[in-house]
Amino acid sequence: MEKTLMKGNEAIAEAAVRGGCRFFAGYPITPQNEIPEYLSARLPEVGGTFIQSESEVSAINMVYGAASAGARAMTSSSSPGISLKQEGISYIACGQIPCVIINMVRGGPGLGTIYPGQADYFQAVKGGGHGDYKLLVYTPATVQEAVDITYKSFEMADKYRIPVLILGDGTIGQMMEPVVLPEMKDPATFPSKESWALTGCKDRPKNYMTTLDMDPDRLEAITDRLFDVYEQIRQNDVEYEEYMCDDAETVIVAYGIVSRVAKAAVNALRAQGKKVGLFRPITVSPYPDKALGALADKACVKKFLVAELSKGQMVEDVRLIVNGRKPVEFYGRTGGHVINTEELIEVIEGGKR
Amino acid sequence: MEEKIVFKKPALLEDKPLHYCPGCTHGIVHRLIAECVEELGIAPENVLGVAPVGCAVFAYEYFRCDMAEAAHGRAPAVATGMKRVHPDKLMFVYQGDGDLASIGMAETVHAAARNENFTVIFINNGIYGMTGGQMAPTTLEGQYSTTSQKGRDVLVNGYPIHVCEMLSQLKGPQYIERVSTHDAQHVLKAKKAIKKAFQYQLEGKGFSMIEVLVACPTNWKMSPEKALQHIKDEVTEYFPLGVYKDRG
Repeated sequence: MEKTLMKGNEAIAEAAVRGGCRFFAGYPITPQNEIPEYLSARLPEVGGTFIQSESEVSAINMVYGAASAGARAMTSSSSPGISLKQEGISYIACGQIPCVIINMVRGGPGLGTIYPGQADYFQAVKGGGHGDYKLLVYTPATVQEAVDITYKSFEMADKYRIPVLILGDGTIGQMMEPVVLPEMKDPATFPSKESWALTGCKDRPKNYMTTLDMDPDRLEAITDRLFDVYEQIRQNDVEYEEYMCDDAETVIVAYGIVSRVAKAAVNALRAQGKKVGLFRPITVSPYPDKALGALADKACVKKFLVAELSKGQMVEDVRLIVNGRKPVEFYGRTGGHVINTEELIEVIEGGKR
Repeated sequence: MEEKIVFKKPALLEDKPLHYCPGCTHGIVHRLIAECVEELGIAPENVLGVAPVGCAVFAYEYFRCDMAEAAHGRAPAVATGMKRVHPDKLMFVYQGDGDLASIGMAETVHAAARNENFTVIFINNGIYGMTGGQMAPTTLEGQYSTTSQKGRDVLVNGYPIHVCEMLSQLKGPQYIERVSTHDAQHVLKAKKAIKKAFQYQLEGKGFSMIEVLVACPTNWKMSPEKALQHIKDEVTEYFPLGVYKDRG
């Protein structure tokens, strides 16, 4: 397979096109600008539509429209822009409209910084907008994984009729790495969405896309359905990586860019004979709770250390899952301070808090 | 004796009682849309619509075509997505004054500026009807509303927005007209305007908006008859009828 050196954002954009994305709307914000820039030139080449929208709010609503109309559609942004999209994401989740949303997370709150952060975890996994819903959320750790996840996300979105959020960070978006790009899919081969999509009611009853139901019983049934789907994903499609966890006494739990730093720390400490491993969730919603729970039950595991670029967000999920079985420690830095290997080793060895 | 049909429900309308208040003219506008579609020879399967948040939030229950219900003010953005995916369909976007001229002004202006090839039917009754009569961006100077209880004071609340006048300054829009529903003659004129807007869309010309002055007897606290007279005497004075843009 031929490898290409690509910037994360551009690789994601190309993977989206190859995965069948034919509609993109977005608004400029750093550090994700290469996604709309790339797609503005690329989508017309494959008969797709690129729109630079007037706002993030409009972008997500254009995706609501295009995806309701049956297209594979995507939007991308970074933290402050993702906050603006939450209204639309709530509607999209309620309407069970398949689409893909990319968040190249930067430091926050507020305008924060354009440098990488992981402080949008709560927003990503707890819902984000109003009402009862959850998204399927992936956290790529390499440019290749970002490509593979983006490509697959359109399939997963269609399979479960759920919006998929790819929770990247500024590093994943901005760094260049060699990638193998997947095959171009032909949208003509995708399964029909005729049973629900707004395509014109030829030879069938009309379809309509609404998120309004004044009947409490029906509304509860709709919400139950969203959570039934989420449970199916939890049973069948959570993803994670365990690295050197077989005999680990300390298990680092980290995702995205921090998981790569953690892996380097594990390698360095293993070279000194220290029993350290890494648990890396790839889906953080649903969380790989069974796998992490099994680690908590292992006799050799003495403690967990959650490392994040936040003041402590994923650590809450880890503590819920570990549920007191083992101590769960936390180390976090905020936007722009990507934890480095030496720093993390110092934390693990107890010298830094 | 041979039966001859002289009047029937257009194919685009569902046979369903409307939820609108007595004397509200939303129902007339629904019918005009359906009649125009029918007279242009377009089958319901070739029509897509977007409903707003507001009194017409259930509009998708009344039209026999695929429709989306948009978040408040977002209808032009949703319609942009739908129409770009299905450029061959006739697309109408149905919005009230709060939806279009307040919370959704950005979406409206930019859809017009992009010259999106769809038709916005803008229902202007100068009030937030569904939520119980609050001040709208089109509430007249001095007009009572539940949030301007001594009448709209321009020193406090600012001035109403003239949407047709404003959008007509943009290069993008192809056809913009303000019409009314206060008597039969004006209803027929409104129909002509909607039909022309649809024709422009079918010809691929781009963005059109028909602003329709509509009565809200309930929140204006008037009888239906007096509400129509109010449109004629007051509303059309403040929001003059006519063609604001026609790029031909």
